[in-house]
Amino acid sequence: MTSRKVEILVGFFVALGIAAVLFLALNVASQGVTGSGETYQLKAKFSNIGGLKVRSAVKVGGVVVGRVESIELDPVDYAPVATLAIDAKYDNFPDTSSVAILTSGLLGEQYLGLVPGFIDETVEILKDGDYIEDTKSALVLEELIGQFLFNQGSDD
Amino acid sequence: MRVFQSLGRNTIDRTASMGRAAMMLSGAIFGRFNPIRAFPLFLKQVYVVGVLSLIIILVSGLFIGMVLALQGYTVLIDYGAEESLGPMVSLALLRELGPVVTALLFAGRAGSALTAEIGLMKATEQLTSLEMMAVDPIKRVVAPRFWAGVFSMPILALLFSSVGILGGHIVGVEWLGVDHGSFWSIMQANVDFTKDILNGVIKSVVFAFVVTWIALYRGYDAIPTSEGISQATTRTVVQSSLAVLGLDFVLTALMFGA
Repeated sequence: MTSRKVEILVGFFVALGIAAVLFLALNVASQGVTGSGETYQLKAKFSNIGGLKVRSAVKVGGVVVGRVESIELDPVDYAPVATLAIDAKYDNFPDTSSVAILTSGLLGEQYLGLVPGFIDETVEILKDGDYIEDTKSALVLEELIGQFLFNQGSDD
Repeated sequence: MRVFQSLGRNTIDRTASMGRAAMMLSGAIFGRFNPIRAFPLFLKQVYVVGVLSLIIILVSGLFIGMVLALQGYTVLIDYGAEESLGPMVSLALLRELGPVVTALLFAGRAGSALTAEIGLMKATEQLTSLEMMAVDPIKRVVAPRFWAGVFSMPILALLFSSVGILGGHIVGVEWLGVDHGSFWSIMQANVDFTKDILNGVIKSVVFAFVVTWIALYRGYDAIPTSEGISQATTRTVVQSSLAVLGLDFVLTALMFGA
């Protein structure tokens, strides 16, 4: 009978372990768009990416639709190019769409804000590997302060 | 000459001891055994080293999570970033504290017991009598304990982290009033399954391997007197704690350093 008790308790122990894995996987780790589902790639060239990182979120109106997959310099003009992995569910962005590097909160992390553009007969839909032409680079605080001081000086 | 002699003897002793430890380990890992007869032995040891360590792991995990949340809150509130309490507590637990503290507690709770048990078996000549009956003590005594340790510790570490995160939730959300939704959602946005949780599990498998190995070897190699057993038990706790902390730095540098 003692071996029965041992077996039950060990089974209980293992079940607890499985419950912990499930809890951590489902409740603690990131879910949703993580790159594990079906995605397609879009590219965007910026002049300055600021604090954007690989795995930063791509949001449309605050909703996460993808992640930054890689950031590399263009081999020709040395401008940073971000490759975005967008959830295949959202495959209907026209090529008039724009992306901007935005900051969540005053000191928060940076993310890409994607704004879908208008659609008419001449506008094509962005496909896998296409570039988003209309991009706005990150605001760099030092540049902003420099501009502000420069403007102050020219007013006098 | 005396200096060289003692240096030489020390080197030879240490090398021989490492060789004996490796022989014991390879015997435990590669030795062929009958799965039907070995499984109940394994189960018994999972009960002894895993299930009986459950209480201390759960209680320590809960309190460490609560303390992390409390201390983190007092710093983060100055920057208005108390919502980041969730990722702070969960990343600290999953990456470092879960595997490391579990391994240290395991060394104290189960490792010392393994050493004392096997050391006493040796002192009372039970191991020799097993050999007399043509039963390999490494297969019968060492192997099930080794596998039980390697199997149990990752589960214990996962439970430690889970309970710690719940403890952080109790203090952060229920007591200090961090917003419930942002506590969990910012945590989910910052914790990655492979990078954080799986790396933590890999760490605790490595620690389990090392701690159980040291504990079993110290018992198996103990001088069969009461003094020898007490010395072996002390060595188990000291050496496995140092090994865990040193290895943790190496593993962290490999996993998160680049």
